[in-house]
Amino acid sequence: MTKKVFGKPKCLKENVFHYCAGCGHSIVHRLVAEVIDELDIRGITIGVPPAGCAVLAYNYFDIDMIEAQHGRGPAMATGIKRTLPDRVVFSYQGDGDLAAIGIAESFHAANRGENITVIFINNAVYGMTGGQMAPTTLLGQRTTTSPSGRDAVKEGYPIRISEILSSLPGTTFIERCTVNSPPNIIKAKKAIKKAFQYQIDGLGFSMIEVLSPCPTNWKMTPIAACKWIDEVMSKEFPLGIIKDIKSSDKGGKSHVG
Amino acid sequence: MQGNKVIGEAAIRTGCRFYAGYPITPQNELPEYMAESMCQVKGGVFIQSESEIAAIHMVAGASAAGARAMTSSSSPGISLKQEGISSMAACELPGVIVNMMRGGPGLGNISPAQGDYFQATRGGGHGDYRTIVLAPASGQELADLTMDAFDLADEYRMPVMILADGMMGQMMEPVVFKEPKPRQYRERYVLKGAGAGKSRFIRGLILDPRAMEEHNWKLARKYEVIAQKETRHEAFNTEDAQLIVTAYGTAARIAKGAIKRLHDAGLKVGLFRPITLWPFPSRELQEISERTDNFLVFELSTGQMIEDVHLALCGRGYVNFYGRPGGVVPTPVELAHVIARQYSKKDRHHE
Ligand SMILES: Cc1ncc(C[n+]2csc(CCOP(=O)(O)OP(=O)(O)O)c2C)c(N)n1
Ligand code: SF4
Repeated sequence: MTKKVFGKPKCLKENVFHYCAGCGHSIVHRLVAEVIDELDIRGITIGVPPAGCAVLAYNYFDIDMIEAQHGRGPAMATGIKRTLPDRVVFSYQGDGDLAAIGIAESFHAANRGENITVIFINNAVYGMTGGQMAPTTLLGQRTTTSPSGRDAVKEGYPIRISEILSSLPGTTFIERCTVNSPPNIIKAKKAIKKAFQYQIDGLGFSMIEVLSPCPTNWKMTPIAACKWIDEVMSKEFPLGIIKDIKSSDKGGKSHVG
Repeated sequence: MQGNKVIGEAAIRTGCRFYAGYPITPQNELPEYMAESMCQVKGGVFIQSESEIAAIHMVAGASAAGARAMTSSSSPGISLKQEGISSMAACELPGVIVNMMRGGPGLGNISPAQGDYFQATRGGGHGDYRTIVLAPASGQELADLTMDAFDLADEYRMPVMILADGMMGQMMEPVVFKEPKPRQYRERYVLKGAGAGKSRFIRGLILDPRAMEEHNWKLARKYEVIAQKETRHEAFNTEDAQLIVTAYGTAARIAKGAIKRLHDAGLKVGLFRPITLWPFPSRELQEISERTDNFLVFELSTGQMIEDVHLALCGRGYVNFYGRPGGVVPTPVELAHVIARQYSKKDRHHE
């Protein structure tokens, strides 16, 4: 008799991911799906995919989803959550989506303490449009629109969104994770689960930032991309819990509903 | 009751339970009214959003979750909302957008103007779509058309715009609120979580060119039905008129005042007032052109609706234009002079 020890999460469809080999999106999709299964919230969850490589997320998640215009996910999620306060609502956004065009929507949803969860994929580039500079691109990092490397004088600095949003009293749980190794993947899943749990408990805005490999636009092999996260990217974007209102030393006030 | 508040009260009575907006004159009394009213009704949500862009996407989200939802603004803010309006049209989400037009372009000024006609009736945002555009011309119509806007949005699953201006928003008139109809909509598209059933999605991105074309044809067929079924207009003194003034909203009110004066002086002038700007009541105007061939289009712009008048008349009749852009609103007396001049010119023409 065989025993099944590993399978596809129930709330992922049969479709094959269109993501590039070694892309973080597929791993994070799987983690979110596992969390939805484990919390048994498939039937009450509504997801908001972005404009970005994850625009077709509704082809993979077997949950109700509505695609947002570029950057507007948190506004759309706000409209859904306020209309259906007992549903679990999350937006899924890239760094261009969240930190550039949608910074106002993200910042203010966080500041209002909207009781939603944001899955923030930081891959330091605009993946979908071909690897242009993002607000999170590192100094010196070459992209198609910063061909000689990002220069602080001309292009400013990488933005640490998690730290900025954690300064807002409306936010409850913010952690920066990565998915470049099995232990980090396990940690990331735990963080995502906690973020959803905070929402279910009605505590307010939660966000998980994932440093996510984009081998295609980093022009690296998947393995080199994972290494680059450890050796370079996580120096600029330190991993760990950035805010947790439940552990007193990480400060902040709880906003219910 | 003040015009802006009439819209708010009509919206609440007809079951609007979600409002998001960003302050801009001359419509601030509307969000203020909604802020107070929404906390008095069960399930009511009011959000002062960080921008007009956020407001329209909140409305889209609320609409997808099944709420009757509304946002309001004035010209510059409506420009910002276009991304979301286009998206709602693509995703076939109902919603009501109020534009209390002001002078433009740019920041312009806050006085009454009708410079957003093209934007409103040609879709406004990118892509091949339309919104139903309702143009009230009295306090009573603000109430009635606001209620109708929600019904139309639900019936056709699309954004509906109420197009007025600061004059309409600020004026005080007695109003009787009609009994709202029970909400009729096909709930199937609403996302509430999949429950134990099949999951659904709402999307605007359609990568397959054939599917994209088919979707656009589907929208086009819907718009065709609306164009056939939903035109509305008012014809005032048009039966034996020698000259027809065509105007909507505030301009039509001024025109009516002028026409009444001219009537007392024995001039046979009628008013054709489109109530739906899209769909434009072309057939109805054509019918009138069988009896009268002298037209004067009056707008608070340099001439936008006149294009629809030309399209409707297909080269028939004499069409002249009088426009006052920039927020200077002529009095009925001033306009009566303009109309009288045009009237006598036509007399000479006939002789
Ligand atoms: C208003 C608007 N501007 C630009 C685009 C084009 N666009 C689509 S996705 C994207 C950036 C995606 O980058 P990111 O958010 O970092 O997500 P990733 O693809 O890397 O996952 C851009 C610029 C758009 N869809 N809408
Ligand atoms: S371009 Fe980058 S982010 Fe997009 S699918 Fe490929 S690896 Fe992933």
